[in-house]
Formats: sequence, structure tokens, C-alpha cells
Amino acid sequence: MVCELCKQAQATVHLTEIVNEEMTELHLCEACANQKGAQVESHFGLADMLSGLADFGKVHEQEEPATKACAACGMTYDDFRKVGRLGCAECYHTFKRSLGGLLKRIHGSPLHLGKSPIRLARTPKSKAELADLRRKLERAIENEAFEEAARLRDQIRVMEQQEQQAKPRGR
Amino acid sequence: MGSKALDELLKQPSEWLRGAGPVSDIVISSRVRLARNLEKYPFTARASKASQSEVLRLAKESLGQSATLKRSLIFEIKDLDEIDRQFLVERHLVSREQIVHAEHKAVAIGQGEVISVMINEEDHLRLQVMQSGLNLQDAWSLIDTLDDELSETLPYAYSSDWGYLTSCPTNTGTGLRASVMAHLPSLVLTKQINKVLHTITRLGLTARGLYGEGTEASGNFFQISNQVALGRSEEELIENIERILKEVIHQEQTGRESLMANNRVQLEDRIWRAFGLLRHAKTVSSSEALDLLSAVRLGVDLGLMNGLDRKIVNEMFIFSQPAHLQKLEGKALSAKERDTKRAQLIRSRLGGQS
Repeated sequence: MVCELCKQAQATVHLTEIVNEEMTELHLCEACANQKGAQVESHFGLADMLSGLADFGKVHEQEEPATKACAACGMTYDDFRKVGRLGCAECYHTFKRSLGGLLKRIHGSPLHLGKSPIRLARTPKSKAELADLRRKLERAIENEAFEEAARLRDQIRVMEQQEQQAKPRGR
Repeated sequence: MGSKALDELLKQPSEWLRGAGPVSDIVISSRVRLARNLEKYPFTARASKASQSEVLRLAKESLGQSATLKRSLIFEIKDLDEIDRQFLVERHLVSREQIVHAEHKAVAIGQGEVISVMINEEDHLRLQVMQSGLNLQDAWSLIDTLDDELSETLPYAYSSDWGYLTSCPTNTGTGLRASVMAHLPSLVLTKQINKVLHTITRLGLTARGLYGEGTEASGNFFQISNQVALGRSEEELIENIERILKEVIHQEQTGRESLMANNRVQLEDRIWRAFGLLRHAKTVSSSEALDLLSAVRLGVDLGLMNGLDRKIVNEMFIFSQPAHLQKLEGKALSAKERDTKRAQLIRSRLGGQS
């Protein structure tokens, strides 16, 4: 298959995009995919999760600038890379972009499905339900059931928005 | 010498050394630990002394209110001498890291050493529950209860996406490490062990030596634990390790049966020679003791050593460690003196000449 953009090189990157329940496929060569990387991500809701599957990880993985520093503890991204330890809970927020990819590489998944502190578990929002949906979403992606994945993604978004409204400080 | 309260621990062997529980002929102990941090305080390595001291104060206050930790002992590491600190490491109650820079560090020990909580280790709190035999489920249910109790009074650093936020990203998520200490002599003897360890690493587990991270496997003991902490629930992580462990146990059992069927004389020879050495030697180094005790333990597990209790063998593993010997003796001993004391202790336990 030939790349849909340059129409010359062999297409090695295959993307599945779902917007408003419409599924489209995009077949690109490595070079075009690299060029398109940022653009693709910007309108790609599931890009992060699909990255491993589409073998697109290298293309859009973001590295923080080395000097970017955490406002709470002063740790820079460069410090973190040297010691391999974060400085404080806020660092997770500061280096959010890079950490998403890193956590996925370490653990094979970037989403927490375990327990939560009692204080939070008691808030009205049903954590268990959300965790369950996320788990289903992951399974759907694993099984390449993209229509199902898109449906679940939208459902999760709605729930997350409700959660945000109920608890403005949620990350 | 040393702390009075800590001396009490010496009299009672740790609960996990009982040599009981499921599959205790192969699995010594099961351990679950949770890494937790407090919001708004930098992680220990990056915290000022004042911040560490505040975390210590808050943690002690919360631990004091826990019903699960009722009548527990709390030690500040700075109050303990070098031997007492090493003693806690040998009992698996604190990590080796915990005793290095002692200031503002502490450990709480509860329920006969089943529970320990390290304060201001790499993470603000490291909760640990240890059980004898293959028993991760009970360990998990106890630590889950303790964790819930503490989370009532301590504001944990937690994000709904990434779970519990920890100093090292390998712990992010559940903060859970479940590990099992397994004695796998037949897999070592039949040279299957590398294949087995290689396979488990491919299944998301990792194997280490007797005292955790960075330690060599010795005496045929392997600590097998999960590598992944995020993206699966605690129950799933524990089920996964138990499922794979059962397979490893099955392999070890098969190896033992095959040795007994095909090489019984050589096997018994090895075991009884080890027993003879331990029963009569006048000086034994710590690594030699570990290897010989491993052989004797295999003899007990195969039912070859009539009348020798597994619990006694287990205790010898711990009591022949340097700090335990020195506490038994009541004073600091040189390496040479320890080798003599160790040999004497083991001889008398095995009914040899004292």
C-alpha cells in the first residue's frame, strides 16, 4: 500500500480515526506520519491510547523542555531524568505530558483501575463505574473494536465532565 | 546495649517464620506493600528537614489512631544503634535504605511483626504486611483495611487518572508490590531456574535475592514480585502473581519428585553432608550457613529428617544473621567471632555438641 499523502513511499503507519461515530482510516509512510504527528494528535481523541496499537508512539511522544521546573518543589525535567524520581505530587501535573507516555511504557497502561482513598471514594461520583468503563475501553482497544471504543470514550467524557463540575479541583 | 522494646522482638520469632500456611514447603512468606504519600509535602528525598519532621508527626498521629495497629511499637531510627538497625533489616521490617540517613525516619511494628509501616522512606509511608506460606490474599485484605484507616486521617497524594502518586514512577498507580519468598533448590539443582526466571520476567514479574532490590539470590531463595503497578486493580495484580507462582511451585515440586526418583542417593548425600557440617562445624560464615541450611531445609521438606521441625530451620536462617547473633550475645562481634558464634548456635539447635 502506498502512502496517502506523498503517494510514493510504502505506507507503514496505519491510523484509525473516529470522529462523531464516523470511522476513517489513514495510511501513511514513516516520514509523512512524522510530519503529520502533531497535527494528527490535535484532533485525535484516542491518540494517546491508540499510540501503542498504531505503532505511532515515537511520532507524537512529547518530551518536556529540560529546564521546565515544578512550581511546587523546583525539580526540573532534567533533574527527573537524572534521578528517575519525582520531587512531589505536583511534579505529576507539571510533567504530565511526558509522564503519560512513560507510565504507559513502564506499566503497559496509563490508567489507574485500583482503589482510591476513603475520603474520595465517599464522594457521590461513582468511581467504580468510571473505572469499569475505562477498563472496558482498554479491552475494546486491545480487541481493535474501535466503534465500541469510541462509544465508551464518549461515555467516559460525559462522566468526567460531570465529575469536574462536582469537584473543580480534580485533575 | 540497644533498645529494650526491640530486645523483646528477639524473644519471639516473627510470625512469618512459623513455617506454616499454604505450600510452606516451598514458599517461606508472602508480603504485600503499599507506597503512599501525603499531598502538599515534597517526597522524602526532596523535602526539607522541617517538612520531613512534619510528615513524621502527622504519620505518627494517624498510626496512633489506627485500630489495626493497636499496641504497635514505634521506633525512630535515629534512637537505634547500628546493630538494632541491622536487626530490623534482617527481620524484613525495614529496608536497607531506611536505616542509612536516620533522621526523621521511623518504623511502626504491629501484630507480632505481621505489619510494619516505614515513615519517610522513599515515599512518606510504606505499609507492609507479611504472612507465612503462600498467602497474598490475607496479606492484601489486612493491608487494605489498614490503608483505609490511615486514609481517613491522612490526605494521600492521589489522582483519578494515575492513582497514588509516588516518588518512583514504577510504583505509580496502586503503589502495590506483592512478593513471595520461594525456596527453589530443585530448580537450581536441575539447572531449570534461569529458564523459569526468564519466563516470569516476561509475564510482568521480577525475581530478586533474599533482601530485595539489588541483592543476590543466595541459599536458593528467590523473592518474586510484580513489576507493574498501574492499569490493573490490586486484586488483579495479586491474582496474576499467585497464578504464575503456582506454576513455579508446580515446577519445583516436579523437580523434587524427579530428584527423589532418579538421584535419591546423591540428593540424600548432599543433604546429610550439609546436616553433618552444620552439626559439627566450629566456624561457619554467613553465606556457607545459608547454603547448608537450604539443603537441610530441603531434607525437612522431603520428609527425610525425622523429628527436625521446619520452624527451627527457618529460625536458624534469621538467627544466624550478623545483627541477630550480636543481639543474642549482647555485644558487638567481629566477623570472625560471629562465624564462631553462628556455628555454636546452629550446633546446639541441631542437637550437636555445644
